[in-house]
Amino acid sequence: MVIRHEWIERNAILMLVLVLITISIGGIVEVVPLFTIETTVEHVQGVRPYSPLELAGRDIYVREGCYLCHSQQIRALKDEVERYGHYSLAAESMYDHPFQWGSKRIGPDLSRVGGKYSSEWQYAHLANPQALVPQSLMPRFAFLAGTPLRTDDIQAKMRTLRTVGVPYTDDQIAHAKDDLLAQADPGTDATAFGKRWPKAVIVPGNVAGPTEMDAVVAYLQVLGTMVNFANVTTEQLRQ
Amino acid sequence: MSAAATGVAASPVVYNEAVVRKFVIATMFWAIVAFLVGVVIATELCWPNVSFGLSFLNFGRLRPVHTSAAIFAFGGNALFATSLYVVQRTCRARLFGGDALANFLFWGYNFFIVMAALSYVLGYSRSQEYAEPEWHVTAFLVIVWVLYALVFVGTLLKRQEPHIYVANWFYLAFILTVAVLVLGNNAEVPVSFYQAKSYSLYSGVQSAMIQWWYGHNAVGFFLTAAFLGMMYYFIPKQANRPIYSYRLSIVHFWTLIFLYMWAGPHHLHWTSLPDWTQTLGMAFSVMLWMPSWGGMINGLMTLSGAWDKLRTDPALRFSVTAVGFYGMSTFEGPVMSVREVNALSHYTDWTIGHVHSGALGWVAFVSFGAIYYLVPNLWKRSGVYSTKLIAWHYWIATLGIVLYITSMWVAGIMQGLMWRAYDQFGFLQYSFIESVAAVHPYYVIRLAGGLLFLTGGLLMVYNLIMTVRSSSTEQVTAAVPSGIAVAEA
Repeated sequence: MVIRHEWIERNAILMLVLVLITISIGGIVEVVPLFTIETTVEHVQGVRPYSPLELAGRDIYVREGCYLCHSQQIRALKDEVERYGHYSLAAESMYDHPFQWGSKRIGPDLSRVGGKYSSEWQYAHLANPQALVPQSLMPRFAFLAGTPLRTDDIQAKMRTLRTVGVPYTDDQIAHAKDDLLAQADPGTDATAFGKRWPKAVIVPGNVAGPTEMDAVVAYLQVLGTMVNFANVTTEQLRQ
Repeated sequence: MSAAATGVAASPVVYNEAVVRKFVIATMFWAIVAFLVGVVIATELCWPNVSFGLSFLNFGRLRPVHTSAAIFAFGGNALFATSLYVVQRTCRARLFGGDALANFLFWGYNFFIVMAALSYVLGYSRSQEYAEPEWHVTAFLVIVWVLYALVFVGTLLKRQEPHIYVANWFYLAFILTVAVLVLGNNAEVPVSFYQAKSYSLYSGVQSAMIQWWYGHNAVGFFLTAAFLGMMYYFIPKQANRPIYSYRLSIVHFWTLIFLYMWAGPHHLHWTSLPDWTQTLGMAFSVMLWMPSWGGMINGLMTLSGAWDKLRTDPALRFSVTAVGFYGMSTFEGPVMSVREVNALSHYTDWTIGHVHSGALGWVAFVSFGAIYYLVPNLWKRSGVYSTKLIAWHYWIATLGIVLYITSMWVAGIMQGLMWRAYDQFGFLQYSFIESVAAVHPYYVIRLAGGLLFLTGGLLMVYNLIMTVRSSSTEQVTAAVPSGIAVAEA
């Protein structure tokens, strides 16, 4: 049978339908299996949703466009693994709505920056990067330290994330505001907090209440620290 | 083409050119904004403290302003202008839906752009490249876009020409696909109806794949297919030659729109995206080279028998050079999508150079060519005010592009090599900051390239204003009243 292109050229609706079919195939084949193939996200232990302060910090990271200069994706290449640590797992960003892998490294990768520097270093560096790294191209984020953190919407944010699939528990949401304040206050008793948010780093904070800077540092300090790679087997990493 | 070629002089159709004129003005306005913000952020990457620590001047907030202004404001308005101009003339039909709807497209689309740019500067972003506007801004865009599709398809349906002209195939595919992409990538849940913040429905690896399915096809359909539509109308018009091959246009149209949709995973090589997806993305990206060059060949060969016009018509020179840059960047793209090459090029300035050879060399140049052709037509002038100034614009802008892309090649390949360099003892040879310091001279050269491109843009604006204003370009015979074009017998 000869298909004559003339038929399509003379019928706008036919062309519209054929275009829609043609452009749908690639996306369907590549995207749908990522939701259905069970090993797409590796089964490793330790990845938890962000604590309230970390989540607030992540929202600021998103807002300020940090992803435009910093990747959060260590590729499975020898030099990257030596420079930044174990290559990134899909599991490590499974609660990132959306992902922050980035596409450009004007600055270094941040996937495993958590614990690499002290919180004090992070505060000083964010406020004036060139004071610590003279050749840095990073802008100053001193204004974050002067901006009080908005805390009234943290529960609404966690509930929204729960609707898109992040497994926040009722207990975690109920204590969200307390935990947010606790993580920016080295004086509080952290037993219950630590149970709800293992590996969360308590940041120095200040007496006037948490700032946006506190939140960003809390977020940076947890990046890449959730999975204990000593316990991960090759079998678990197979996609 | 077809309107003139058929020779059927039915009742004269009065086209809506007023809305096209508005879109042309907006195109030039946003072009300057896009180039200027580009120059500002290029300066920040040379001397970071020029932002004075002010949140709204920081690179992270201005970079989306630059990309959105270049792609959606400058590119988008150019596409609205040309698609609405071309669809009327090649269908011999006035725009479907009336003038009020056409005007709403103009004000609505540009309102969207202003909203998006303001929101980035004020600190609202979804953090997905080329899809940064939060949900309420995007929701408004969807309304505008659906109406745009309605006007375009409606005009196709009421056409007086038997065939749909090839330029319109590309515009149609662009409008439909962008709608699908935006809806797919923006699936998100707002924190509250009264709050701008939302969270994407997708997370992690799926979110990455969907973003680059979107992102790569924003390039493929917004910046490629649609601008090919522009090429298919304006190059034959400027050269006064028919399109080289009808068959080639069919083959490359369908293969291009089919293959592009598979190419997204090449943005995610060596990452936590499963290997099978990466391999598919790479394979289809390499295949994509063929239909891309099909388009290039069809555009360039249309010049056969009219190459001499390049000497006398600098506006045509823009369009033809654009096709050359298109061919170059659609060769570079498949090369960079090969995993082994990508291991070196990804995360580096090579990618930035590649994007700009497409954005400046192809998208901007083909738009400049079309606009130099359109303005005297739309404002009923005898020609552009100064051909000499077009030539100056051409050479200044071309030099700017050459400085831009060569400096980014050098910077990018250097970064890639420094990151993976080992010393004689088997340790990584360079710290990250050494690679930052090493590219500084190339960032300054890039800035110079950007400044030249901006200068060219300003020359163009001056030239176009004078085209409309100057008495020297008045038409001697005012046979055709303003706003009316009669199909020639």
